[in-house]
Amino acid sequence: MVGAAGLSPGPGAAGLSPDPGAADQVTAAPRRVVSMNLCTDQLAMLVAGTGQLLSISDLSRDPRSSAMVDAAAAYPTHHGRAEEIYLMQPDLVIAGSFTARASVDMLKRLGIPVAVFDPADSLTDVADRLKQMGEVLHQQDRAETLIAQFEARLATFQTEIASHPRAAIYHANGYTAGDKTLASQILTTAGLANIAGEVGFSDAGFLPLEVLAMAQPDTVITSRPYPGGSRSEEIMEHPVIETLRRARPEAAMTDSDWVCGTPYVLQAIDDMVDLRRDLQGATR
Amino acid sequence: MTRLALLLTALVGVLFITALLVGPADIGPLQSLTALVAGDEGPMTLVMREIRLPRALLGLLIGGSLGLAGAAMQGYLRNPLADPGLIGVSGSAALGAVLAIQTGVAAGFALGLPLAALGGALIGMFLVLVLAGPRGSSLTLILAGIAISALAGAFTSLVLNLSPNPFAANEIVFWMMGSLADRSMTHVWIALPLIVLGAALLLSLSRGLDALTLGEDAAEAMGVRLSRLRLTLIFGTAAVVGASTAVAGAIGFVGLVVPHLLRPFVGARPGRLLWASGLGGAAMLLAADIAVRVILPTRDLKLGVVTALIGAPLFLHLIFRTRRDGM
Repeated sequence: MVGAAGLSPGPGAAGLSPDPGAADQVTAAPRRVVSMNLCTDQLAMLVAGTGQLLSISDLSRDPRSSAMVDAAAAYPTHHGRAEEIYLMQPDLVIAGSFTARASVDMLKRLGIPVAVFDPADSLTDVADRLKQMGEVLHQQDRAETLIAQFEARLATFQTEIASHPRAAIYHANGYTAGDKTLASQILTTAGLANIAGEVGFSDAGFLPLEVLAMAQPDTVITSRPYPGGSRSEEIMEHPVIETLRRARPEAAMTDSDWVCGTPYVLQAIDDMVDLRRDLQGATR
Repeated sequence: MTRLALLLTALVGVLFITALLVGPADIGPLQSLTALVAGDEGPMTLVMREIRLPRALLGLLIGGSLGLAGAAMQGYLRNPLADPGLIGVSGSAALGAVLAIQTGVAAGFALGLPLAALGGALIGMFLVLVLAGPRGSSLTLILAGIAISALAGAFTSLVLNLSPNPFAANEIVFWMMGSLADRSMTHVWIALPLIVLGAALLLSLSRGLDALTLGEDAAEAMGVRLSRLRLTLIFGTAAVVGASTAVAGAIGFVGLVVPHLLRPFVGARPGRLLWASGLGGAAMLLAADIAVRVILPTRDLKLGVVTALIGAPLFLHLIFRTRRDGM
């Protein structure tokens, strides 16, 4: 959506950008925006006007985490340190509420306006974050268009399903997502029931392997292991998981589509609909 | 003597059964034992055979290994402060294991992980004995141990921080404190061969260690070959500690506490202390692993936390006594 035109923010129109006065941050559209969080990076790339977005975090170029690697290649990246961001002389910094506190506080002390975005916990949050991004970037129209597209595609999933196969999300260390999470909404929208709710998880948390085994889900959705190996991920290969998977369709989730509340969650829902159809084909 | 053996065996038996009955899944004691023994294709059997049984077996094997290794080292060094965790053998084994996982050796072949940990433990053990010397005082032994522990710990942290895997750095705690959570029968099978081999080597030292209490010259006069005893000790300890650490991380203080508690009951004979400490170590680790599951059922409280809470005060007491005795 955002072309390579954003590549070189350069001085040009912005000139030797004057010290960002704290007072007039609301009046004019920001022209030198730095995003510090994987999810705000992607929202900003979708919503920002040409040349408006100056730099994004390096995670956005990691295909494992980011759904917009190609678009991200067009932007200079940073590593989230206060000093490198300050030296870019941004007139707006966008951070997530879990972004390194110390760096964000430092930037605020240095007089740079910081917009903080909460992580998305539901599908309605996706539209809300797009709207918020439209407001801070003064790109309300672009945001509205994206929201309309998102909601139209989301509506196509709202069909009645006779049975809901029971699915478990099971990540490294036994991390699972409860009812009140975006991941859980992705499952339910695709017509799957999340077993984390049955066993009393509303937020994300660590589901003991024993409890998972007793719950007997129809499918276990794991994340793809990272290179290098770790004990944390070993649990996804545990004989119990292998037994639960046997003779049933399984799925590995593509992290990049799941982690952020962006329109790319639609891709995740699509994958889960495929999984549900596999499951229903297998049981009938 | 035999009464002690019976008592310890009974204790280990009771703790082993209890360990099988504790867990977050809500299953009654009778039900769970039936599911374990009879077995069907149901979820209960899965929980009992693939989660709780390997955990209890590893508690038994690793606790026994650490108790045995502690007793053997204390007997050989004639020093009550020797413990595989304190003198850096466990830390070196953990470094070997971490290197095997990060380089892919562990995934390459089944015994890659414990053999790499064995290698680490051998190097650590060798370095400590060289630094402390065969007749080293308590002070030089502990100082050498601290140095080796610190170095191995630093390298372990460095390797895990350099790993491309985002979870690796968080696992520093596991490698330093140890845990039996979410292990499987696979881990039992990869640890078992080296533990059996190492335990056999260490138990064979019984006569030699008894003779050594009379001094090295007397022991040699009695036909004990000291260089061979030393090699057997190094290899046996490295094997049991390496295999244990490879699957459960570095668990400290078991090898310190157990021989100390049992010494009065075996007439202070290091040879008898070997098997007694093996049983005692198994009992202590099984009890500690039950404790971590009762205190925090859904979270993975590290085993080393519990063993250190028991062991560190005793360690202080031993240091105090050593100083008083003017060693």
